[in-house]
Amino acid sequence: MMNTNGRNGRNGQTIEQSIPVIEIANMTKIYQMGETAVHALNDISLTINEGEYVAIIGTSGSGKSTLMNMIGLLDNPTSGSYRIRGTETSELSQSQMADLRNKEIGFVFQRFNLLPRTNARRQVELPLFYAGTPGGKAVQMAREALAKVKLDDRADHRPDELSGGQQQRVAIARALVNNPSILLADEPTGALDSKTGDEVMGLFYDLHQQGMTLIVVTHDNDIARQAKRIVTLRDGKIISDERNGHTVLHPAEWARGGDELVTNGPVKGEAIAISLPKEGERVYESA
Amino acid sequence: MRALRYFSVAVDSIVAHKMRAVLTMLGIIIGVAAVLSTMGIGSGAAASITESIESSGTNLLTVSAGGGGGSSASTLTIADATALANSKAFPDLALVAPQYSESATLTQSGEEGTYQVVGTTATYADVTSLDMASGAFFTTEQVENNERVVTLGWNVASDLFGSAEPVGQTVRINTNLFEVIGVLEEVGTVSRSGSIDDLVYVPIEVAQGLLFNADRYRGSYTVSTISIQVASSERIDAAELQIEQVLRLRHGLGADDENDFTISNQADILEMASEVSGTLTVLLGGIGAISLLVGGIGIMNIMLVSVTERTREIGLRKAVGAHNSDILLQFLVEALLLTTMGGLVGIGLSYGVAFIAGAIPAMTFNIVIEPWTLTLAMGVSAASGLLFGLYPAMRATQLDPIEALRYE
Ligand SMILES: Nc1ncnc2c1ncn2[C@@H]1O[C@H](COP(=O)(O)OP(=O)(O)OP(=O)(O)O)[C@@H](O)[C@H]1O
Ligand SMILES: [Mg+2]
Repeated sequence: MMNTNGRNGRNGQTIEQSIPVIEIANMTKIYQMGETAVHALNDISLTINEGEYVAIIGTSGSGKSTLMNMIGLLDNPTSGSYRIRGTETSELSQSQMADLRNKEIGFVFQRFNLLPRTNARRQVELPLFYAGTPGGKAVQMAREALAKVKLDDRADHRPDELSGGQQQRVAIARALVNNPSILLADEPTGALDSKTGDEVMGLFYDLHQQGMTLIVVTHDNDIARQAKRIVTLRDGKIISDERNGHTVLHPAEWARGGDELVTNGPVKGEAIAISLPKEGERVYESA
Repeated sequence: MRALRYFSVAVDSIVAHKMRAVLTMLGIIIGVAAVLSTMGIGSGAAASITESIESSGTNLLTVSAGGGGGSSASTLTIADATALANSKAFPDLALVAPQYSESATLTQSGEEGTYQVVGTTATYADVTSLDMASGAFFTTEQVENNERVVTLGWNVASDLFGSAEPVGQTVRINTNLFEVIGVLEEVGTVSRSGSIDDLVYVPIEVAQGLLFNADRYRGSYTVSTISIQVASSERIDAAELQIEQVLRLRHGLGADDENDFTISNQADILEMASEVSGTLTVLLGGIGAISLLVGGIGIMNIMLVSVTERTREIGLRKAVGAHNSDILLQFLVEALLLTTMGGLVGIGLSYGVAFIAGAIPAMTFNIVIEPWTLTLAMGVSAASGLLFGLYPAMRATQLDPIEALRYE
């Protein structure tokens, strides 16, 4: 069922292929809060191909996390269809969904969601435990994943002994450890300073080059620029879905100052993400 | 080998939440220790009662003067005892010892006290398996010669003689001088006729004649009771019937007359006593069960307090690919581990209590922990751990991962 053809290496002809990995059609998520119904997702349709690098932006409460949870098989939509590599997910058993979450999808939560009182190495080994990876190999893979996020020296630290940014990176290492084909990250750089943020972006760039499908929710312009495609949400609807037509930028390139017009540093908090003026394209449609 | 992997997860989780684990185990430890000790006290007391009855011989029948009809004059005589003692006619009746008892004043160099004096034969010592602390019980010869000899119960000896050795000394019963020839070992327990330790034994005819001038019936001295040891426990009912027939005949009772004597059976007394001690065990077991329940509620509280944290944990584990069966197995192993450890510590604690209780001299019985109570206590503690540990986990696995992660 799982097609990994899309994961060409750097020397492959194309990174992005037109094989749809994620196909969402008319997806709705309604939270009934007493009298009022909150349409967290309102008739969303979205197709993402193998190897794409997609940024999802939008104001706070626009439904970004809700959409990510749906894609990550962590939540069930109220209505609509969601296919992963052609398989309708509503027809999957709980156990098949668990296997997909374990092997195909890596998820970085907005609120890191680490196990309390458990050291970083154990956190990262967790997906491997459920994958049935033998102990010795799991230790090795966890070490490599922690090294990728530059946390090998903090392997024995527990969450309360780590900074917010370090916790975020543990969560990223955990998402990557089982070599998923899809990486979902909900505000992965929100808690990071610009330097570590850049490092995470460099990591994402490499993963993209290796053919991984990346979907990143962000308020950070730089990430949005790095991604080749930007999907904008407002009030549970997709109000724009733009491809900037450029090949993905390596962080080293924009760090050299390739773009003067971009505001420096990530835009934090509740700010509305700004557009990417270099391409002369509108990220937001005017309301 | 899958279970082994969950074992390590469970151990990690317990180590990561030591306080929670300790509190959970504490409930089980207290519950199990309480059940085992209280039930142990019950069965210890029961065993002690049974033992003291059995030590006086289960094959023992006691014929006492007077029947249910309430006739005042005693008709049970020494001649009846002699008739029953005919081993050719009644092979089932192995040993027959008549007794005549009344209270009398004993004096010894200024010390004085009123005690129950039992006149009996040498056979009595065998029938009731008396043990001597010093000296001897009187012999058949001494009984036949009506010698003025006396064997003292432990308390009587210490009352009258203090720490001095009574054997060889003399004591006055009412006005008559007797030689002390033996002291019985301390028994401690109380029988129907009071403690053996407070009794004084003299040859039967000395009591009936010299001391108390007992009534006669048809020419022979009356007796209070006749103790009879039956050859074997299977023959008890047959022996009882024989005795009844012989005595009715000897006392000339008609078919319509009621017995003017009462035969009591040691086995009946034993049955009654074990009923009493059974009630005791149930009562104490009830108290123990309540403590186990309290322990169980403690476990439930801890589990419910941590349910938010655990629900989030379950959400996270599911998010990274845990199947529901993975979660349940982990919680099952963890709950079993906690309850087993708690149960074992509780068992150890109750044995400790039993040991300490056994070392206290004032305790006349031991705490006896029976194997089935171990099984019960472990079973209940495992069940409570499983119930309170697994139920929240089962509920949490029914949630979508994101719902579990958001749980508050
Ligand atoms: N469990 C829930 N119950 C009720 N309403 C919810 C729930 N989860 C989300 N919502 C609502 O759905 C809408 C979308 O929420 P979502 O978390 O997807 O926003 P977001 O785009 O991720 O915002 P942010 O940028 O602040 O993280 C919000 O209006 C929110 O109030
Ligand atoms: Mg969000």
